[in-house]
Amino acid sequence: MGLVVAADPKLVGIVLLSLRISVTAVVIGCAIGLPVGAAIAVNEFRGRRALIVILNGLMGLPSVVVGLVVYLLLSRAGPLGSWGILFTPTAMVIAQTILITPTLAALSRQVVGDAWQEYREQLRSLGETRLGAAPTLLWDLRFSLVTIVLAGFGRAASEVGAVMIVGGNIDGVTRVMTTAIALETSKGDLPLALGLGFILLFIVLALNAGASVVKETAQRRYG
Amino acid sequence: MRAPLSLLPLALENVVFAVGSRRIIDGVSVRIDAGPRTVILGPNGAGKSVLLRICHGLLAPTAGTVAWNAPEIAGGPRRQAMVFQRPVLLRRSALGNVTYALKLADVPVGQREERAMEALRKVGLDGLGRHSARVLSGGEQQRLALARVWALRPEVLFLDEPTASLDPGAAHEIEQVIAALHAAGTKIVLVTHNLGQAHRLGDEVLFLHQGRLLERTPADRFFKHPTSSEAAKFLEGELPW
Repeated sequence: MGLVVAADPKLVGIVLLSLRISVTAVVIGCAIGLPVGAAIAVNEFRGRRALIVILNGLMGLPSVVVGLVVYLLLSRAGPLGSWGILFTPTAMVIAQTILITPTLAALSRQVVGDAWQEYREQLRSLGETRLGAAPTLLWDLRFSLVTIVLAGFGRAASEVGAVMIVGGNIDGVTRVMTTAIALETSKGDLPLALGLGFILLFIVLALNAGASVVKETAQRRYG
Repeated sequence: MRAPLSLLPLALENVVFAVGSRRIIDGVSVRIDAGPRTVILGPNGAGKSVLLRICHGLLAPTAGTVAWNAPEIAGGPRRQAMVFQRPVLLRRSALGNVTYALKLADVPVGQREERAMEALRKVGLDGLGRHSARVLSGGEQQRLALARVWALRPEVLFLDEPTASLDPGAAHEIEQVIAALHAAGTKIVLVTHNLGQAHRLGDEVLFLHQGRLLERTPADRFFKHPTSSEAAKFLEGELPW
Protein backbone atom coordinates (compact mmCIF):
# COMPACT_ATOMS: atom_id res chain seq x y z
CA MET A 1 0.00 0.00 0.00
CA GLY A 2 3.01 2.24 0.46
CA LEU A 3 3.36 2.44 -3.30
CA VAL A 4 -0.18 3.64 -3.68
CA VAL A 5 0.20 6.37 -1.12
CA ALA A 6 3.61 7.48 -2.40
CA ALA A 7 2.24 7.70 -5.94
CA ASP A 8 5.20 5.88 -7.39
CA PRO A 9 5.83 7.43 -10.87
CA LYS A 10 6.10 4.01 -12.49
CA LEU A 11 2.78 3.02 -11.01
CA VAL A 12 1.18 6.29 -12.06
CA GLY A 13 2.46 5.66 -15.58
CA ILE A 14 0.81 2.23 -15.63
CA VAL A 15 -2.49 3.63 -14.37
CA LEU A 16 -2.50 6.49 -16.89
CA LEU A 17 -1.66 4.18 -19.78
CA SER A 18 -4.50 1.84 -18.76
CA LEU A 19 -6.95 4.72 -18.68
CA ARG A 20 -5.71 6.14 -21.97
CA ILE A 21 -6.10 2.82 -23.78
CA SER A 22 -9.48 1.89 -22.32
CA VAL A 23 -10.98 5.36 -22.71
CA THR A 24 -9.83 5.51 -26.34
CA ALA A 25 -11.31 2.05 -26.97
CA VAL A 26 -14.61 3.10 -25.37
CA VAL A 27 -14.79 6.31 -27.44
CA ILE A 28 -14.17 4.42 -30.70
CA GLY A 29 -16.44 1.58 -29.59
CA CYS A 30 -19.29 4.04 -28.85
CA ALA A 31 -18.82 5.84 -32.15
CA ILE A 32 -19.36 2.51 -33.92
CA GLY A 33 -21.47 0.44 -31.52
CA LEU A 34 -24.18 2.92 -30.51
CA PRO A 35 -25.22 3.98 -34.05
CA VAL A 36 -25.10 0.35 -35.21
CA GLY A 37 -27.22 -0.77 -32.26
CA ALA A 38 -29.73 2.03 -32.83
CA ALA A 39 -29.88 1.34 -36.56
CA ILE A 40 -30.63 -2.34 -35.96
CA ALA A 41 -33.28 -1.38 -33.38
CA VAL A 42 -35.32 0.87 -35.69
CA ASN A 43 -34.90 -0.91 -39.02
CA GLU A 44 -36.50 -4.04 -40.37
CA PHE A 45 -34.46 -6.09 -42.79
CA ARG A 46 -33.76 -9.69 -43.71
CA GLY A 47 -31.43 -11.40 -41.29
CA ARG A 48 -32.12 -8.92 -38.51
CA ARG A 49 -32.94 -11.64 -36.02
CA ALA A 50 -29.77 -13.58 -36.86
CA LEU A 51 -27.71 -10.42 -36.55
CA ILE A 52 -29.13 -9.75 -33.09
CA VAL A 53 -28.36 -13.31 -31.98
CA ILE A 54 -24.79 -13.00 -33.28
CA LEU A 55 -24.36 -9.60 -31.63
CA ASN A 56 -25.64 -10.90 -28.30
CA GLY A 57 -23.33 -13.89 -28.62
CA LEU A 58 -20.36 -11.64 -29.31
CA MET A 59 -20.90 -9.99 -25.93
CA GLY A 60 -19.31 -13.09 -24.46
CA LEU A 61 -16.33 -12.98 -26.81
CA PRO A 62 -13.31 -14.42 -24.94
CA SER A 63 -10.68 -11.74 -24.74
CA VAL A 64 -7.79 -14.14 -25.45
CA VAL A 65 -9.42 -15.10 -28.74
CA VAL A 66 -9.67 -11.43 -29.71
CA GLY A 67 -6.05 -11.02 -28.66
CA LEU A 68 -5.00 -13.98 -30.78
CA VAL A 69 -6.86 -12.77 -33.89
CA VAL A 70 -5.51 -9.23 -33.57
CA TYR A 71 -2.05 -10.70 -32.95
CA LEU A 72 -2.27 -12.75 -36.16
CA LEU A 73 -3.48 -9.74 -38.14
CA LEU A 74 -0.77 -7.42 -36.85
CA SER A 75 2.19 -9.79 -36.64
CA ARG A 76 5.01 -9.28 -39.13
CA ALA A 77 3.75 -12.06 -41.39
CA GLY A 78 0.09 -11.03 -40.98
CA PRO A 79 -1.97 -9.01 -43.45
CA LEU A 80 -1.54 -5.81 -41.45
CA GLY A 81 2.05 -6.55 -40.42
CA SER A 82 3.37 -3.63 -42.43
CA TRP A 83 1.71 -1.23 -40.00
CA GLY A 84 4.29 -2.29 -37.45
CA ILE A 85 2.01 -1.66 -34.50
CA LEU A 86 2.14 -5.00 -32.71
CA PHE A 87 3.26 -4.56 -29.09
CA THR A 88 2.21 -0.90 -29.06
CA PRO A 89 -0.67 0.79 -27.19
CA THR A 90 -2.43 1.22 -30.56
CA ALA A 91 -2.67 -2.55 -30.95
CA MET A 92 -4.14 -2.74 -27.45
CA VAL A 93 -6.73 -0.10 -28.32
CA ILE A 94 -7.69 -2.10 -31.41
CA ALA A 95 -8.08 -5.32 -29.40
CA GLN A 96 -10.20 -3.65 -26.68
CA THR A 97 -12.34 -1.88 -29.27
CA ILE A 98 -13.10 -5.19 -30.99
CA LEU A 99 -13.89 -6.71 -27.62
CA ILE A 100 -16.39 -4.08 -26.44
CA THR A 101 -18.05 -2.81 -29.63
CA PRO A 102 -20.45 -5.80 -29.88
CA THR A 103 -21.42 -5.29 -26.24
CA LEU A 104 -22.13 -1.59 -26.82
CA ALA A 105 -24.12 -2.38 -29.98
CA ALA A 106 -26.12 -5.22 -28.41
CA LEU A 107 -27.04 -3.30 -25.27
CA SER A 108 -27.92 -0.09 -27.10
CA ARG A 109 -29.99 -2.14 -29.56
CA GLN A 110 -31.99 -3.40 -26.59
CA VAL A 111 -32.52 0.02 -24.99
CA VAL A 112 -33.26 1.84 -28.25
CA GLY A 113 -35.55 -0.99 -29.40
CA ASP A 114 -37.68 -0.73 -26.27
CA ALA A 115 -37.99 3.04 -26.66
CA TRP A 116 -38.76 2.69 -30.37
CA GLN A 117 -41.88 0.69 -29.50
CA GLU A 118 -43.08 3.65 -27.47
CA TYR A 119 -42.01 6.42 -29.88
CA ARG A 120 -42.60 4.83 -33.26
CA GLU A 121 -46.10 6.07 -34.01
CA GLN A 122 -45.43 9.60 -32.81
CA LEU A 123 -42.16 9.94 -34.71
CA ARG A 124 -43.62 8.47 -37.88
CA SER A 125 -46.62 10.78 -37.50
CA LEU A 126 -44.25 13.75 -37.41
CA GLY A 127 -42.55 12.50 -40.56
CA GLU A 128 -39.34 11.17 -39.01
CA THR A 129 -37.49 8.63 -41.14
CA ARG A 130 -35.92 5.48 -39.72
CA LEU A 131 -32.53 6.92 -40.54
CA GLY A 132 -33.31 10.06 -38.56
CA ALA A 133 -35.00 8.19 -35.72
CA ALA A 134 -31.77 6.45 -34.67
CA PRO A 135 -29.85 9.61 -33.62
CA THR A 136 -33.03 11.13 -32.16
CA LEU A 137 -33.53 8.09 -29.94
CA LEU A 138 -29.85 7.87 -28.97
CA TRP A 139 -29.98 11.49 -27.81
CA ASP A 140 -33.27 10.97 -26.01
CA LEU A 141 -31.89 7.94 -24.17
CA ARG A 142 -28.55 9.53 -23.38
CA PHE A 143 -28.89 8.98 -19.63
CA SER A 144 -29.71 5.30 -19.99
CA LEU A 145 -26.81 4.88 -22.39
CA VAL A 146 -24.38 6.09 -19.72
CA THR A 147 -24.78 2.73 -17.99
CA ILE A 148 -24.05 0.90 -21.22
CA VAL A 149 -20.94 2.95 -21.89
CA LEU A 150 -19.76 2.19 -18.37
CA ALA A 151 -20.30 -1.51 -18.90
CA GLY A 152 -18.10 -1.20 -21.98
CA PHE A 153 -15.44 0.66 -20.04
CA GLY A 154 -15.55 -1.89 -17.25
CA ARG A 155 -15.01 -4.73 -19.67
CA ALA A 156 -12.17 -2.90 -21.45
CA ALA A 157 -10.36 -1.84 -18.31
CA SER A 158 -10.59 -5.18 -16.54
CA GLU A 159 -9.68 -7.50 -19.39
CA VAL A 160 -6.22 -8.97 -19.40
CA GLY A 161 -5.93 -11.67 -22.09
CA ALA A 162 -6.10 -9.54 -25.23
CA VAL A 163 -3.83 -6.71 -24.09
CA MET A 164 -1.32 -9.23 -22.79
CA ILE A 165 -1.09 -10.93 -26.19
CA VAL A 166 -1.06 -7.87 -28.46
CA GLY A 167 0.68 -5.51 -26.04
CA GLY A 168 3.26 -7.87 -24.71
CA ASN A 169 3.31 -6.29 -21.23
CA ILE A 170 6.50 -4.35 -21.99
CA ASP A 171 7.66 -2.34 -19.01
CA GLY A 172 7.03 1.38 -19.54
CA VAL A 173 5.49 0.86 -22.99
CA THR A 174 2.53 -1.49 -22.92
CA ARG A 175 2.22 -2.48 -19.28
CA VAL A 176 -1.24 -1.74 -17.99
CA MET A 177 -2.87 -2.43 -14.64
CA THR A 178 -4.27 -5.84 -15.44
CA THR A 179 -1.11 -7.19 -17.07
CA ALA A 180 1.00 -5.73 -14.28
CA ILE A 181 -1.21 -7.43 -11.68
CA ALA A 182 -0.89 -10.75 -13.51
CA LEU A 183 2.89 -10.38 -13.73
CA GLU A 184 3.46 -9.23 -10.15
CA THR A 185 1.27 -12.02 -8.82
CA SER A 186 3.22 -14.64 -10.72
CA LYS A 187 6.49 -13.07 -9.51
CA GLY A 188 5.19 -13.22 -5.97
CA ASP A 189 5.10 -9.44 -5.39
CA LEU A 190 1.69 -9.61 -3.87
CA PRO A 191 1.66 -6.14 -2.22
CA LEU A 192 2.22 -4.42 -5.58
CA ALA A 193 -0.36 -6.65 -7.26
CA LEU A 194 -2.85 -5.89 -4.50
CA GLY A 195 -2.13 -2.15 -4.66
CA LEU A 196 -2.82 -2.12 -8.38
CA GLY A 197 -5.92 -4.21 -7.85
CA PHE A 198 -7.25 -1.66 -5.36
CA ILE A 199 -6.61 1.20 -7.77
CA LEU A 200 -8.43 -0.62 -10.58
CA LEU A 201 -11.34 -1.36 -8.30
CA PHE A 202 -11.40 2.23 -7.09
CA ILE A 203 -11.46 3.68 -10.61
CA VAL A 204 -14.31 1.43 -11.72
CA LEU A 205 -16.32 2.12 -8.55
CA ALA A 206 -15.74 5.88 -8.74
CA LEU A 207 -16.82 5.97 -12.37
CA ASN A 208 -19.99 4.04 -11.60
CA ALA A 209 -20.81 6.24 -8.64
CA GLY A 210 -20.26 9.36 -10.73
CA ALA A 211 -22.42 8.00 -13.52
CA SER A 212 -25.30 7.10 -11.24
CA VAL A 213 -25.26 10.60 -9.76
CA VAL A 214 -25.37 12.07 -13.28
CA LYS A 215 -28.16 9.70 -14.25
CA GLU A 216 -30.32 10.40 -11.23
CA THR A 217 -29.91 14.16 -11.44
CA ALA A 218 -30.73 14.08 -15.12
CA GLN A 219 -33.76 11.89 -14.62
CA ARG A 220 -35.14 14.23 -12.01
CA ARG A 221 -34.59 17.13 -14.37
CA TYR A 222 -35.66 15.61 -17.66
CA GLY A 223 -38.02 12.85 -16.54
CA MET B 1 -46.60 30.17 -56.98
CA ARG B 2 -49.72 28.06 -57.07
CA ALA B 3 -51.10 26.93 -53.74
CA PRO B 4 -50.72 23.15 -53.38
CA LEU B 5 -53.87 21.14 -53.93
CA SER B 6 -55.83 20.39 -50.81
CA LEU B 7 -55.21 17.04 -49.10
CA LEU B 8 -58.94 16.63 -48.63
CA PRO B 9 -61.24 15.00 -49.36
CA LEU B 10 -59.97 11.67 -48.07
CA ALA B 11 -61.69 8.69 -49.64
CA LEU B 12 -61.74 5.27 -48.01
CA GLU B 13 -62.96 2.49 -50.24
CA ASN B 14 -63.90 -0.91 -48.76
CA VAL B 15 -61.11 -0.67 -46.21
CA VAL B 16 -60.43 -3.86 -44.26
CA PHE B 17 -57.92 -4.32 -41.48
CA ALA B 18 -57.55 -7.87 -40.27
CA VAL B 19 -55.35 -9.47 -37.66
CA GLY B 20 -55.36 -13.16 -38.39
CA SER B 21 -58.96 -14.06 -39.15
CA ARG B 22 -60.36 -11.23 -37.04
CA ARG B 23 -61.55 -8.21 -38.99
CA ILE B 24 -61.00 -5.14 -36.85
CA ILE B 25 -62.11 -2.86 -39.67
CA ASP B 26 -64.63 -4.59 -41.89
CA GLY B 27 -65.27 -2.92 -45.22
CA VAL B 28 -65.45 0.79 -44.40
CA SER B 29 -66.13 3.21 -47.25
CA VAL B 30 -66.36 6.88 -46.39
CA ARG B 31 -65.41 10.27 -47.75
CA ILE B 32 -64.01 12.78 -45.27
CA ASP B 33 -64.45 16.33 -46.52
CA ALA B 34 -62.81 19.56 -45.56
CA GLY B 35 -64.75 21.74 -43.14
CA PRO B 36 -66.97 20.08 -40.56
CA ARG B 37 -65.43 18.59 -37.46
CA THR B 38 -65.77 14.83 -37.74
CA VAL B 39 -66.21 12.77 -34.61
CA ILE B 40 -65.79 9.01 -34.75
CA LEU B 41 -67.92 7.41 -32.05
CA GLY B 42 -68.40 3.85 -31.02
CA PRO B 43 -68.07 1.41 -28.14
CA ASN B 44 -64.72 0.00 -27.04
CA GLY B 45 -63.30 -2.38 -29.60
CA ALA B 46 -65.28 -0.88 -32.47
CA GLY B 47 -62.05 -0.17 -34.34
CA LYS B 48 -62.04 3.62 -33.93
CA SER B 49 -58.34 4.03 -33.18
CA VAL B 50 -57.36 1.57 -35.90
CA LEU B 51 -59.46 3.46 -38.44
CA LEU B 52 -57.78 6.71 -37.42
CA ARG B 53 -54.32 5.15 -37.81
CA ILE B 54 -55.22 3.83 -41.25
CA CYS B 55 -56.35 7.32 -42.29
CA HIS B 56 -53.13 8.85 -40.95
CA GLY B 57 -50.98 6.24 -42.65
CA LEU B 58 -49.61 4.58 -39.52
CA LEU B 59 -51.28 1.30 -40.44
CA ALA B 60 -51.69 -0.10 -43.92
CA PRO B 61 -55.11 -1.60 -44.67
CA THR B 62 -55.28 -5.34 -45.36
CA ALA B 63 -57.61 -4.61 -48.27
CA GLY B 64 -59.24 -1.57 -49.84
CA THR B 65 -57.83 1.84 -50.66
CA VAL B 66 -57.13 5.06 -48.79
CA ALA B 67 -56.84 7.97 -51.19
CA TRP B 68 -56.17 11.62 -50.50
CA ASN B 69 -57.17 14.25 -53.03
CA ALA B 70 -53.52 15.31 -53.31
CA PRO B 71 -51.29 12.82 -51.52
CA GLU B 72 -48.32 14.01 -49.50
CA ILE B 73 -44.94 13.73 -51.17
CA ALA B 74 -43.02 10.76 -49.77
CA GLY B 75 -40.12 12.03 -47.68
CA GLY B 76 -41.48 15.58 -47.76
CA PRO B 77 -42.94 17.46 -44.80
CA ARG B 78 -46.23 16.09 -43.53
CA ARG B 79 -49.41 18.09 -44.02
CA GLN B 80 -51.43 16.10 -41.49
CA ALA B 81 -50.78 15.44 -37.83
CA MET B 82 -52.02 13.23 -35.04
CA VAL B 83 -52.46 13.65 -31.30
CA PHE B 84 -52.41 10.44 -29.29
CA GLN B 85 -54.15 9.53 -26.08
CA ARG B 86 -50.81 9.63 -24.29
CA PRO B 87 -48.46 12.18 -25.81
CA VAL B 88 -44.97 10.97 -26.60
CA LEU B 89 -42.56 13.74 -25.70
CA LEU B 90 -38.81 13.75 -26.06
CA ARG B 91 -36.40 14.37 -23.18
CA ARG B 92 -35.87 17.98 -24.15
CA SER B 93 -37.40 21.29 -23.17
CA ALA B 94 -41.02 21.97 -24.12
CA LEU B 95 -39.70 24.41 -26.72
CA GLY B 96 -37.23 21.79 -27.98
CA ASN B 97 -40.06 19.35 -28.59
CA VAL B 98 -41.82 21.85 -30.83
CA THR B 99 -38.70 22.93 -32.73
CA TYR B 100 -37.87 19.25 -33.32
CA ALA B 101 -41.20 18.81 -35.11
CA LEU B 102 -40.53 21.98 -37.11
CA LYS B 103 -37.16 20.63 -38.13
CA LEU B 104 -38.85 17.49 -39.47
CA ALA B 105 -41.28 19.73 -41.34
CA ASP B 106 -38.33 21.40 -43.13
CA VAL B 107 -38.96 24.79 -41.50
CA PRO B 108 -35.78 26.92 -41.81
CA VAL B 109 -33.69 27.10 -38.61
CA GLY B 110 -34.20 30.86 -38.23
CA GLN B 111 -37.98 30.57 -38.03
CA ARG B 112 -38.30 27.56 -35.75
CA GLU B 113 -37.95 29.17 -32.35
CA GLU B 114 -40.30 32.05 -33.11
CA ARG B 115 -42.96 29.74 -34.50
CA ALA B 116 -42.57 27.37 -31.56
CA MET B 117 -42.93 30.18 -29.03
CA GLU B 118 -46.06 31.41 -30.80
CA ALA B 119 -47.53 27.90 -30.65
CA LEU B 120 -46.70 27.59 -26.94
CA ARG B 121 -48.47 30.91 -26.34
CA LYS B 122 -51.55 29.61 -28.16
CA VAL B 123 -51.87 26.71 -25.71
CA GLY B 124 -50.88 28.77 -22.68
CA LEU B 125 -47.50 27.15 -22.12
CA ASP B 126 -45.29 30.12 -23.00
CA GLY B 127 -44.05 30.35 -19.42
CA LEU B 128 -42.88 26.73 -19.48
CA GLY B 129 -40.91 26.74 -22.74
CA ARG B 130 -37.58 26.06 -21.03
CA HIS B 131 -38.98 23.36 -18.74
CA SER B 132 -38.33 19.71 -19.47
CA ALA B 133 -41.28 18.29 -21.36
CA ARG B 134 -41.34 15.01 -19.46
CA VAL B 135 -41.83 16.58 -16.05
CA LEU B 136 -44.91 18.59 -17.07
CA SER B 137 -48.31 17.49 -15.78
CA GLY B 138 -50.53 15.25 -17.91
CA GLY B 139 -52.68 18.15 -19.08
CA GLU B 140 -49.64 20.30 -19.85
CA GLN B 141 -48.06 17.45 -21.79
CA GLN B 142 -51.16 17.08 -23.95
CA ARG B 143 -51.28 20.83 -24.49
CA LEU B 144 -47.62 20.67 -25.53
CA ALA B 145 -48.53 17.94 -28.03
CA LEU B 146 -51.17 20.32 -29.39
CA ALA B 147 -48.66 23.19 -29.50
CA ARG B 148 -46.45 20.92 -31.58
CA VAL B 149 -49.39 20.43 -33.92
CA TRP B 150 -50.22 24.13 -33.92
CA ALA B 151 -46.70 25.05 -34.99
CA LEU B 152 -46.95 22.62 -37.90
CA ARG B 153 -50.23 24.14 -39.13
CA PRO B 154 -51.47 20.86 -40.61
CA GLU B 155 -54.41 20.70 -42.98
CA VAL B 156 -55.82 17.71 -41.14
CA LEU B 157 -55.51 16.78 -37.49
CA PHE B 158 -56.41 13.34 -36.18
CA LEU B 159 -57.00 13.05 -32.44
CA ASP B 160 -57.24 9.70 -30.68
CA GLU B 161 -59.09 10.20 -27.38
CA PRO B 162 -56.91 13.17 -26.49
CA THR B 163 -58.53 13.79 -23.12
CA ALA B 164 -59.18 10.22 -21.98
CA SER B 165 -56.54 10.29 -19.25
CA LEU B 166 -57.10 13.88 -18.11
CA ASP B 167 -59.23 15.48 -15.41
CA PRO B 168 -62.22 17.63 -16.51
CA GLY B 169 -60.35 20.91 -16.13
CA ALA B 170 -57.42 19.80 -18.26
CA ALA B 171 -59.82 18.21 -20.75
CA HIS B 172 -61.67 21.50 -21.08
CA GLU B 173 -58.43 23.31 -21.91
CA ILE B 174 -57.61 20.72 -24.56
CA GLU B 175 -61.06 21.11 -26.09
CA GLN B 176 -60.55 24.87 -26.32
CA VAL B 177 -57.29 24.39 -28.19
CA ILE B 178 -58.95 21.92 -30.57
CA ALA B 179 -61.74 24.43 -31.22
CA ALA B 180 -59.16 27.14 -31.91
CA LEU B 181 -57.29 24.87 -34.33
CA HIS B 182 -60.55 24.25 -36.16
CA ALA B 183 -61.24 27.97 -36.28
CA ALA B 184 -57.79 28.50 -37.77
CA GLY B 185 -58.68 26.21 -40.67
CA THR B 186 -57.49 22.75 -39.63
CA LYS B 187 -59.81 19.84 -40.37
CA ILE B 188 -60.52 17.98 -37.13
CA VAL B 189 -61.09 14.21 -37.02
CA LEU B 190 -61.62 13.15 -33.44
CA VAL B 191 -62.04 9.71 -31.90
CA THR B 192 -63.75 9.76 -28.54
CA HIS B 193 -66.11 7.73 -26.43
CA ASN B 194 -67.00 10.73 -24.35
CA LEU B 195 -70.44 11.79 -25.59
CA GLY B 196 -70.27 15.20 -23.98
CA GLN B 197 -67.08 15.91 -25.87
CA ALA B 198 -68.56 14.56 -29.11
CA HIS B 199 -71.49 16.91 -28.54
CA ARG B 200 -69.28 19.94 -27.92
CA LEU B 201 -66.71 19.32 -30.64
CA GLY B 202 -68.55 17.42 -33.36
CA ASP B 203 -70.30 18.70 -36.45
CA GLU B 204 -70.84 15.25 -37.89
CA VAL B 205 -70.66 11.80 -36.36
CA LEU B 206 -69.33 8.61 -37.86
CA PHE B 207 -70.66 5.72 -35.79
CA LEU B 208 -68.51 2.63 -35.83
CA HIS B 209 -69.64 -0.72 -34.47
CA GLN B 210 -67.64 -3.96 -34.68
CA GLY B 211 -65.48 -2.60 -37.45
CA ARG B 212 -68.37 -1.45 -39.61
CA LEU B 213 -69.45 2.10 -40.29
CA LEU B 214 -73.14 2.05 -39.37
CA GLU B 215 -73.99 5.66 -39.88
CA ARG B 216 -72.80 9.10 -40.76
CA THR B 217 -75.09 11.80 -39.44
CA PRO B 218 -74.87 15.50 -38.57
CA ALA B 219 -74.12 15.69 -34.86
CA ASP B 220 -77.33 17.39 -33.68
CA ARG B 221 -79.44 14.80 -35.47
CA PHE B 222 -77.31 11.86 -34.31
CA PHE B 223 -77.82 12.61 -30.64
CA LYS B 224 -81.59 13.01 -31.02
CA HIS B 225 -82.48 10.55 -33.73
CA PRO B 226 -79.77 8.04 -34.54
CA THR B 227 -80.73 5.95 -37.55
CA SER B 228 -79.17 2.64 -36.52
CA SER B 229 -80.44 0.63 -33.57
CA GLU B 230 -76.86 -0.01 -32.42
CA ALA B 231 -76.23 3.73 -32.18
CA ALA B 232 -79.48 4.18 -30.27
CA LYS B 233 -78.43 1.48 -27.82
CA PHE B 234 -74.98 3.03 -27.52
CA LEU B 235 -76.46 6.44 -26.75
CA GLU B 236 -78.84 4.97 -24.20
CA GLY B 237 -76.09 3.13 -22.38
CA GLU B 238 -73.55 5.90 -22.50
CA LEU B 239 -75.53 9.08 -22.04
CA PRO B 240 -74.06 10.81 -19.05
CA TRP B 241 -77.11 12.98 -18.42
